[in-house]
Amino acid sequence: MLGRSANGVFWMFRYLERAENTARLVDAGFRMALTRDEMDADVEWRSVVITLGQQAAYEAKFGDTYTGPDVFNFILRDRDNPGNILAMCENARINARMVRAGITRELWEAVNELWMNVKDLLSRPVRETNLGTVLDTIRRYSTQVRGAMMGSMLRNEIFNFARLGKFIERADNTARLLDVKYYVLLPSVSYVGSSLDNVQWDMILRSVSGERAYRWLNSGGMDARSIAEFLILDGRFPRSLAFCYSKIQSNLAALAREYGGEMDSHAILRDTQSRLHALTIDEIFEQGLHEFIAEFLAHNQKLARQVQSDYRFYE
Amino acid sequence: MYTADGEVRPAYRRYCDWFENQDPKLMRRKGTEAEAFFRRTGITFNVYGQNDAEERLIPFDQVPRIISGNQWRRLSKGIEQRVRALNAFLHDLYHRQEIVRAGRLPLRLLAQNEAFLPQMVGFNPPGGVFTHIVGIDLVRTGEDEFMVLEDNARTPSGVSYMLENRETMMAMFPELFTKVRVREVSDYPRRLARSLAACAPPATSGKPVVAVLTPGIYNSAYYEHAFLADQMGAELVEGSDLRVQDGRIAMRTTRGYKPIDVLYRRVDDDYLDPLTFNPDSVLGVSGIMDVYRAGGITIANAPGTGIADDKAIYSFMPEIVEFYTGEKPLLPNVTTWRCSEPDSLAYVLDNISDLVVKEVHGSGGYGMLIGPTASKKEIARFTAKLKARPENYIAQPTLSLSTVPIFTRAGLAPRHVDLRPFVLVSPDRIDITPGGLTRVALKKGSLVVNSSQGGGTKDSWVLDD
Repeated sequence: MLGRSANGVFWMFRYLERAENTARLVDAGFRMALTRDEMDADVEWRSVVITLGQQAAYEAKFGDTYTGPDVFNFILRDRDNPGNILAMCENARINARMVRAGITRELWEAVNELWMNVKDLLSRPVRETNLGTVLDTIRRYSTQVRGAMMGSMLRNEIFNFARLGKFIERADNTARLLDVKYYVLLPSVSYVGSSLDNVQWDMILRSVSGERAYRWLNSGGMDARSIAEFLILDGRFPRSLAFCYSKIQSNLAALAREYGGEMDSHAILRDTQSRLHALTIDEIFEQGLHEFIAEFLAHNQKLARQVQSDYRFYE
Repeated sequence: MYTADGEVRPAYRRYCDWFENQDPKLMRRKGTEAEAFFRRTGITFNVYGQNDAEERLIPFDQVPRIISGNQWRRLSKGIEQRVRALNAFLHDLYHRQEIVRAGRLPLRLLAQNEAFLPQMVGFNPPGGVFTHIVGIDLVRTGEDEFMVLEDNARTPSGVSYMLENRETMMAMFPELFTKVRVREVSDYPRRLARSLAACAPPATSGKPVVAVLTPGIYNSAYYEHAFLADQMGAELVEGSDLRVQDGRIAMRTTRGYKPIDVLYRRVDDDYLDPLTFNPDSVLGVSGIMDVYRAGGITIANAPGTGIADDKAIYSFMPEIVEFYTGEKPLLPNVTTWRCSEPDSLAYVLDNISDLVVKEVHGSGGYGMLIGPTASKKEIARFTAKLKARPENYIAQPTLSLSTVPIFTRAGLAPRHVDLRPFVLVSPDRIDITPGGLTRVALKKGSLVVNSSQGGGTKDSWVLDD
């Protein structure tokens, strides 16, 4: 396949994954804000913006007041925020159009429908009363795209590049979420284990749709150590780092078989994956969660870049 | 659908029987369904000069345009004759120019023509084919009379609509297709792939690799480019994917560079090779013309074929057909006045309010005047332009075009249409897909069918009788 098409399908799925995760995060923030008084609600909204790495852009426009409608409109559709969800959906669709000849009609139509519906819903400012509908639409159509992908695409290199984009992005998103929680959201270390802390952990679980699975595995108990373990090391949970890396591994392995050999990206993968396998959660906390995650994010980035160069995404 | 005395035309009989038993409400709903279908599948075209290149739908009409098997057989013969002549003409123009020597075509038409590419002089394209994909625009002017309105010999578009319109009709009215035997069009992409492969260059080893070259996703016909590549199982490439390597044009794949044998390009001549043509272009490939000349690649359609569908050349087509085939043209031209000729210009100026005046190099319905519907002001403005550069214009009568019915809120209503059948040329055969793209003027009384001017499309049926 063309290098440009591999790049297109890779980014199409990165943007789709990012849009979905961002919508999930806004949804979690929204639920948190609803259960708080106004002051605390602002704190929740602020934490959502920080998690997305959009603090500077947001404050340049609104100062340091974080009201719900300002925040979610900024994240969803504000032109002053190049990383808004509408732009992500549009980028996903542009890439899908570019690789139209490489994806099935079903998949293309699912992406096109996602974009048409999101565009329509976001053509006017979103109010609290319809925020739920908007977020639900994004999630539902993302699920439809996933279904079209899994049910109709040939398991060939195009599929592998798509999956690599998806899981590299997802691992990035989950890791950032954890990082922000631990080092930015918490006003001070003394909050660890307090009820505020638990509510925020709850928000994280919600934003990855993991609250149910987590409770089921942990019989209702909630502590930082086991949530981090769940999100980093539990290979059964589809948004954990371990799960993402098992998918990255199987897709890179498929490429190695298809291309008759491994590339530099395979070595980078092994390096990161061995750490996920070898470390226990206690060891991770011992070396520092932030340090662990920072290193993970850097490796994840490096892997993405290496895949792009190994398979000639660019000249 | 009806003859002059109100009888249902034989070709429409079965459709009519079916239609009369349909619930009008349901038919209206089908129209809305069709639009949603087109939106969802993204069958859109981009309009230039609009805000962020807005994507638009071409309106679709649910009443098919039906052509009898007999009518089609006659039409096909005429089309085949015309396409043969076009290729022979192109070969001659870039070689000995016998037609000019014979005094049948004025030299100035070539000398001043930007569509004539001196770089192609003396060149023999692989398989001897100049124009591989041709679209001939036809209008019906009488019971059994079709005339050629335009030849599209460079990059005719619209074939994806021909195919999607049929898909839509089959999805909307499946039972109709059990009642009326309609000839298939769906194998066009396979035929196109076969025809292109049959024109592979000398450098080909093994099964020819075919690719479609698009200017990119912002091009107005991008949907069609992607559609055709997809349907042919070919790569859809952009200029930035290509480079010259070992005397071949190669595309950058995830495994490295891979040579292309046949390039179905949907990029204009001028943008094809910055080394040979427009140096500012980034849409094409530097050096492709050298590779082409050395037999390393087939370019379809060949550069320079635009000279054959130039509107000034069009008026000579009857002579051209006769000169190269030795036969009378089976499909007549529409009467055309060349404003470059003083007598014709005088006639056109005197009768401008009854005529359609077109720019010689214009396309897409731009730069034309439709006399009968134009305001005094528009006529005055156009007259001034015409007097300033008469050689830039031709004029044609507004024909008493036949109409076909479309489905409107108030029921069936007649509208003007044209028909663009698609023709594939390879060294061993000329292959015409039964049907084509029917474009329809949606406004009452309008003669303009171009999609960029608000025209619509409908499915075109050739009956299997």
